[in-house]
Amino acid sequence: MKTSLLSAFFTILKRDLTLALRTRSEITNPLLFFIIVTSLFPLAVSPEEKVLQTLAPGVIWVAALLATMLSLDSIFRSDFEDGALEQLLLSPHPISLLVLGKVIAHWLVTGVPLIILAPLLGILLYLPSDAMPALLATLALGTPVLSLVGAIGVALTVGLRRGGVLLSLLVLPLYIPVLIFASNAIATAAADLSIRGQLFFLAALLALALTLAPFAIAAALRISLR
Amino acid sequence: MWSFLHKLASPKHFYHFAGRLIPWLGWSTLLLMLAGLYTGLVVAPTDYQQGESYRIIYIHVPAAWMSMFVYMVMAGAGAIGLIWKIKMADIVASSAAPLGAAFTFLALVTGSLWGKPMWGTWWIWDARLTSELILLFLYLGFIALQSAIEDKRTAANACAVLALVGVVNIPIIHYSVEWWNTLHQGPTVTRFDKPAMDTSMLIPLMIMFFAFKLYFGLTVLMRARGEILERERNSTWVKQMVTESS
Amino acid sequence: MNEFFHMGGYAFYVWTSYGLALIILLWNVILPRQRQKQLLARLKRKFRQSPPQGNNQ
Repeated sequence: MKTSLLSAFFTILKRDLTLALRTRSEITNPLLFFIIVTSLFPLAVSPEEKVLQTLAPGVIWVAALLATMLSLDSIFRSDFEDGALEQLLLSPHPISLLVLGKVIAHWLVTGVPLIILAPLLGILLYLPSDAMPALLATLALGTPVLSLVGAIGVALTVGLRRGGVLLSLLVLPLYIPVLIFASNAIATAAADLSIRGQLFFLAALLALALTLAPFAIAAALRISLR
Repeated sequence: MWSFLHKLASPKHFYHFAGRLIPWLGWSTLLLMLAGLYTGLVVAPTDYQQGESYRIIYIHVPAAWMSMFVYMVMAGAGAIGLIWKIKMADIVASSAAPLGAAFTFLALVTGSLWGKPMWGTWWIWDARLTSELILLFLYLGFIALQSAIEDKRTAANACAVLALVGVVNIPIIHYSVEWWNTLHQGPTVTRFDKPAMDTSMLIPLMIMFFAFKLYFGLTVLMRARGEILERERNSTWVKQMVTESS
Repeated sequence: MNEFFHMGGYAFYVWTSYGLALIILLWNVILPRQRQKQLLARLKRKFRQSPPQGNNQ
């Protein structure tokens, strides 16, 4: 049976979404982590409004970053274990595109809930309401980059038995530009200044990641599964 | 030229060629280092602004330059190994990684040692120091990935992909850190605007720079030779070489 | 001479930098040398116990 490239792409997207929705804990656990880590900061630093306000952008973004990283393993791990990944590599379609479908599915089940939950955490940390749109915009532009870049790291470590800590070592340094621009945009928005520059930069990062990362992921998977 | 390069791609020829090159590299590195030390520590005049402390520059700046250069060498060799499947390129890439990490570490520590008398603290989140720190993380990630994968060829190829991703990212990281730094630049930090350096100060820097380059060539060849011997220990040419020399 | 080692009051910073550089640079030369020697010695012992075939000494 021959399938067109587009239908193969959507089949993979749909399959991954169905699988993720079936095992809900994989979605909810990183989210719970996101909330718990963020709520630790008022307890550890100070419950004062002024202090938390200045910390809020950084704390929310660092927590989002770590939560994404914890969920990364699920992109390829179970498919690697049951052999589905090898099947994927044998497909006649370009692997980079199929892999992109998997990454988008991952983002839909981990990134999007993160964006929905973020305003709640903003309220907990007294983020001014002016900064809320900035928080949502940076998360919307930034979390796909995290998923795409993270997927490279997962593809490189998927064949290893204990890749967890190694993955964070490989991926976290690459997350730094996103972290810098996103948290700065929120802080700037809270001070009532324009954040167009930061958003443009994040959008450029997203465009770059979207075009280059799939090839790196495909190459990494081929190496890992040899 | 091509046949020479082609020969170098074979571990046996590389091993012997490097063996002949190493003494030359070793002695010229030593000579240049001594010349650099003498001109840098004795001949070069005292800086009117920073006093004698500026002499750390002769270690710090070459080490920082090398930290970037070695990453490029590593990524380039990794790419060659990945595309043309040349084993020697993989070996060079893996030999370069610990050296690059060492240069980066040296640049960081000497930067901190220079910063203490100049800025009054051991560490400031200065753009260059910060991106150097991130570069060290990238090197350590590379080394960690390499040691985590048992199969040598898989490890080399995976590391090459990681290094290439790093090459795309390094400029982005560098500029984002620079931009972030200009925003957070505190008023207490005194910046030393570097006017064009006097030639008497610049010459030792150039000498040291070439000395570091040669040193890298020397150590990367030494490491590569060790790696070749380790990987090829069951091949006939190693057996012949070892038994004939005894 | 004393003045040279004094480094205008910055002796600690300057000499620590240079000392550290020396240690790191030397370490990276000595370590591979050592490894090479050990490996060669090990191989020599190994081949003496079971000389490789097709090689007439």
